[in-house]
Amino acid sequence: MSAEMNFPHAQEMAPPDVPRRIVSRVSTGDKVFRSVVRGAGLAVFVITGMILTFLLTRAWSSFRTVGFSFFTTKLFNVNVNNFGIGALLPDGVIIAAIALIIAVPVAVATALYISEYAPSWLRRPLVAVIDLMAAIPSIIFALWGFAFLMGRMTGVDSWLARHLSFIPLFKVDLPQSLPASFTDAPIIVGVVVSLMVIPIITSLSREIFSQAPQAEREGAYALGATRWGMVRTVVLPFGRSGVIGASMLGMGRALGDAIVISFLITPVLTLTPHILQSGGNSIPYAIILDIFNGPKYVSALMAAGLVLFAMTLLINVIGSIVAGRSRSGLVNVE
Amino acid sequence: MTAQASAPAQGAVPEQAAAAPPPAQRRVKLRRVTRDGALTLFGAAFGALGLTWLLYERVLAFSGVLGFWLSWYVIFLLMYCAMAAVQWDRRAVADRVASVAFGTGGLLTCAIVADQIIYVLLRGGHVATHLSFSTHTLARTGSLSPLFSGGDLEGIVGTLEMLGLATLFSVPLGITAAIFLSEVGGAWARPVRTLVEAMTALPDIIAGLFILAFAILTLGMQESGVAAALALAVTMMPIVTRGAEVVIRIVPGMLREASYALGGSQWRTVWNVVLPTARPGLATAVVLAMARGIGETAPVLLTAGYAKGMNANPLHGWQPSLVTYIFNEHQLPDPNDQARCFGAAVTLMVLVLVLFAIARWLGGGKPGELSRRDRRRIAREAVRR
Repeated sequence: MSAEMNFPHAQEMAPPDVPRRIVSRVSTGDKVFRSVVRGAGLAVFVITGMILTFLLTRAWSSFRTVGFSFFTTKLFNVNVNNFGIGALLPDGVIIAAIALIIAVPVAVATALYISEYAPSWLRRPLVAVIDLMAAIPSIIFALWGFAFLMGRMTGVDSWLARHLSFIPLFKVDLPQSLPASFTDAPIIVGVVVSLMVIPIITSLSREIFSQAPQAEREGAYALGATRWGMVRTVVLPFGRSGVIGASMLGMGRALGDAIVISFLITPVLTLTPHILQSGGNSIPYAIILDIFNGPKYVSALMAAGLVLFAMTLLINVIGSIVAGRSRSGLVNVE
Repeated sequence: MTAQASAPAQGAVPEQAAAAPPPAQRRVKLRRVTRDGALTLFGAAFGALGLTWLLYERVLAFSGVLGFWLSWYVIFLLMYCAMAAVQWDRRAVADRVASVAFGTGGLLTCAIVADQIIYVLLRGGHVATHLSFSTHTLARTGSLSPLFSGGDLEGIVGTLEMLGLATLFSVPLGITAAIFLSEVGGAWARPVRTLVEAMTALPDIIAGLFILAFAILTLGMQESGVAAALALAVTMMPIVTRGAEVVIRIVPGMLREASYALGGSQWRTVWNVVLPTARPGLATAVVLAMARGIGETAPVLLTAGYAKGMNANPLHGWQPSLVTYIFNEHQLPDPNDQARCFGAAVTLMVLVLVLFAIARWLGGGKPGELSRRDRRRIAREAVRR
């Protein structure tokens, strides 16, 4: 009141009310911090790009000499310019497929047991066991496969070969009376590699299963479902894309195994679709066998490695996107 | 079992009991192990064992221990189905069979892990526990030398140096990338997260090829421990990032808001609030990545070279590590070399287990949760004041 009397023009001069603009000014320190941190994040792209660039520059001369036949030639005679991944790639894919056929059911069963069936005091130790399994070196698995599993699997293999040989996959062309026809077969590598894939698929699937919405679980129970009924109608549909994505990530890992196969298999350079028969190959195996045989081999194997890298990167990125879709929001429940 | 059911009736007031005798209520116990349930399980297991033995060993011409247990498992599941179908309705049968199948899946996975560890310990334990094994190198060991003429000291030194360097290279970058994903974010966070996850399952041999193409063939670096450490860092960095992001994400938002409310800038908040709160989890992520990195073989084979005898300088010359040591000893035909191979495998396995135990020990609680030691320290400081 009195203020108005002393300053009669105050009201006329005051501007109309407008909402204040809220500006959060980022300090210099924060600007530096953000750009450093963003740089570290984008370093992943830089590393991937560098891998692609350097493999490509090394592989270029090989691609130029053999051209498109690189993808179809089965031999690997680098010195006479007759080489390709026509046998290496399918043989590796066969092994990875065997590994996945074994690993996916076991891993999904384990993940379901941990997230749905195990008593709560057992959950953390079981998760730790899966983490430990992921940390067991591949060379230990390879030694175990060589010294322990190989002799114990030939019985099953020869039985399959004798009784199921009408399926082309199980045919064995080598003499069946010799154990050596079975000892280093792709199926044994597949079994050992599956053990390396199980923890990847298990831990990702478990993470996703445990995020199945609680309300829907309770709803299923309230409608009278048994535990299996609840798992079948709520948890599995919720986690399906997660399991698919996790299996694709596992596939990437299985395709890249070099050590197990080098301990267990004699390399052959033919396309062998007979999984019980001795002999097999894969791109990583060829790499560690021949990389030190001179610059021409280096270039040819870099080309093979580039194909492997591009393939697994594609599979893994798709797998990671698929797995991430069912995990929207990315809240970690633990 | 029905004995406790009449217990609530004894203290009842007479006239109430006369009016309407309340029906005896029994508490329903969830997840109780019933006698018939357990007996069905054991019956199926032992019945299947007997039948498998009879068919497998006596009647049919099968051989091999693996086939035996495979057949046992199939017969066990069938028998369990049949025995359950006799007693319960279809829904209960499906429920029980599913839980048995998943339970055996979990059991199988645990058995595989235990089998790996125990088998390696049994085969190589007597070599690795010999004191001279981990204190000598292969420098004076030839193809027919006695078993304890050399050991795996060179491998231990090489592995620890490579792992240390690889941790040094990968952890700062990995954790900073994790901070980007969870604290800064933006449009690029999603693709980065996808790529990081894809890189965690990338073939490890690609990392070796990359360092071979980049550092050794292009930059002219020697094959050495540092080159191998670089390759290991490429494989470890995504693992660190993925593990660290999960941990940083579950730091409570209230703590960040409190820091901002006190006028803290973003990097101050991250440095003084978020990272210390997440410290145990971050340590776990790092140590788990180390446990993965210590066993990577293919990249080390391509980048470090291998020569018998000690080379403690990672910057210069071929450096043996435990994995290349195992790889090379395995290729030699002499039984002593095979024994040393398993001895080194035990050493490697023990290192992995130690790292793993450290990871579990560090990452016990949730972020922000005080350990017993922290609480004691706070109490001590309070008393001192």
